[in-house]
Amino acid sequence: MNLTLKIWRQKNHSDKGGFKEYKVSDISKDMSFLEMLDVLNEQLSDSGEDPVHFDHDCREGICGMCSLHINGKPHGPKQTTTCQLHMRSFSDGETITIEPWRATAFPVVKDLVVDRSSFDRIIQAGGYVSVNTGGVPDANEIPIPKRIADEAFDAATCIGCGACVAACKNASAMLFTSAKISQLAMLPQGQVERKERAERMIAQMDSEGFGACTNTGACSAECPKGISLTNIARMNREYFSAVVSSDNV
Amino acid sequence: MSWVTKTFKSTLGQKLLMALTGLFLILFLVVHLAGNLQLLLPDEGESFNIYAHSMATNPLIRVVSIGNFAFILIHVIYSVVLTRSNKKARPVNYAVSQASTNSKWASRNMGILGTVILIFLIIHLRGFWYEFKFGELPTAVYDGVTYKNVFAIVSEAFSNIAYVIVYVLSMAFLGFHLSHGFASAFQTLGLNHVKYSPLIQKVGAGFAIIIPALFALIPVLMYIKTL
Ligand code: HEM
Ligand code: SF4
Ligand code: FES
Repeated sequence: MNLTLKIWRQKNHSDKGGFKEYKVSDISKDMSFLEMLDVLNEQLSDSGEDPVHFDHDCREGICGMCSLHINGKPHGPKQTTTCQLHMRSFSDGETITIEPWRATAFPVVKDLVVDRSSFDRIIQAGGYVSVNTGGVPDANEIPIPKRIADEAFDAATCIGCGACVAACKNASAMLFTSAKISQLAMLPQGQVERKERAERMIAQMDSEGFGACTNTGACSAECPKGISLTNIARMNREYFSAVVSSDNV
Repeated sequence: MSWVTKTFKSTLGQKLLMALTGLFLILFLVVHLAGNLQLLLPDEGESFNIYAHSMATNPLIRVVSIGNFAFILIHVIYSVVLTRSNKKARPVNYAVSQASTNSKWASRNMGILGTVILIFLIIHLRGFWYEFKFGELPTAVYDGVTYKNVFAIVSEAFSNIAYVIVYVLSMAFLGFHLSHGFASAFQTLGLNHVKYSPLIQKVGAGFAIIIPALFALIPVLMYIKTL
């Protein structure tokens, strides 16, 4: 395949940045999108140009590090991570526009790399549970119904990629935050900090500059893990009941 | 900051206000429509005028109507607050966007739809509510009692094709606002449940078509009668 790539280049956070066009040729349909960018970067290195910076780590769809807004959609045309997107999803001769995630809370570091540490700070604010020290507890000591375990697990599959924020017209982090609140709120181990967790994580989310939720559903439709909107409703319940009943005046 | 102020400064607290006021306005639409449909009765406005008079004099209705104005105001104020902070969360837009593949148009344009509804509300209140309260109205006498003849100014307004078109178009915008807003409000309140959500969505979709359509039908039929 021969492709034209329109890529956002930006030297650093304070640089204005702009699109630059590149051509790549003889791309195999079986390459992943990131491998295609590797080819481009080899080409750029050979010609002495600064390679395009982009985030990636596991390249197997589990770490959430890869990002990229491809042809107007987070992670491109398929509901998967960019590392699991293959060039067969594109056609020969196509022009592909690649942009970084756009959000106040995800400032651009360089080119396509954005700083997603705002997500880490939301987790630090309350995404943990208290556990007893001492001997190793028996794995099945606490009974949890299968259905609850499954639902908590579904929420826990969120890989923190930020596609939900990238897709949302409000750059809202509700889907991410709700998944992280839900996975703990549903389990017995999560009850100790339940109220303060909801209050603290939402306060942190707001202070990071993410937008509110208009319930458009774009987040869930673009989430590579299919995190459901029911988590957002659960988060709202958690929050409203926490603010009226917690002793945090 | 007290916990109450803090809650209503949070994005979730602000959305809670949008949802509660929105749901109240939905309820109000039903009551308002029931009243308006009396315009179509073949009695030259007698039932409608008597109804309008009883609404204006009933103390309970007056309290509800003050509440109604307050709720519209809260809904509008928070729609501005939220829309502004949502815009601030993404100062640089994407050069290419395929939002239509992941969400419905109405859900992404609630602010525009709401603004059109607001403009309509102002015209509507100036033309009918203000005239009824403070204007010089013709009168009608039923059983020896004199009533303000609101029916007369309504029929006059609806004999104007331009007014009828504005009214019908505004109802279409209201329909789109409700096509997202109805179910969205329940989700905001956290009422998402496998048993009830499919029903809420169906009722919302029906409500968004039927209620604005019935509102729009009134000026259309009254215009046709004047031909
Ligand atoms: C009869 C009139 C109206 C009704 C019945 C109504 C109803 C609703 C409902 C039920 C919602 C959903 C709330 C939620 O998502 O939780 C909503 C959202 C909204 N309304 Fe209205 N509304 C009306 C008029 C207006 C007006 C006059 C404006 C503004 C100028 C407005 C602006 C908005 C906006 C911007 C949203 C979305 C807020 C967001 O989620 O970001 N609405 N409305
Ligand atoms: S909710 Fe989905 S889109 Fe959002 S961070 Fe988690 S995995 Fe990514
Ligand atoms: S690189 Fe780890 S999910 Fe894509």
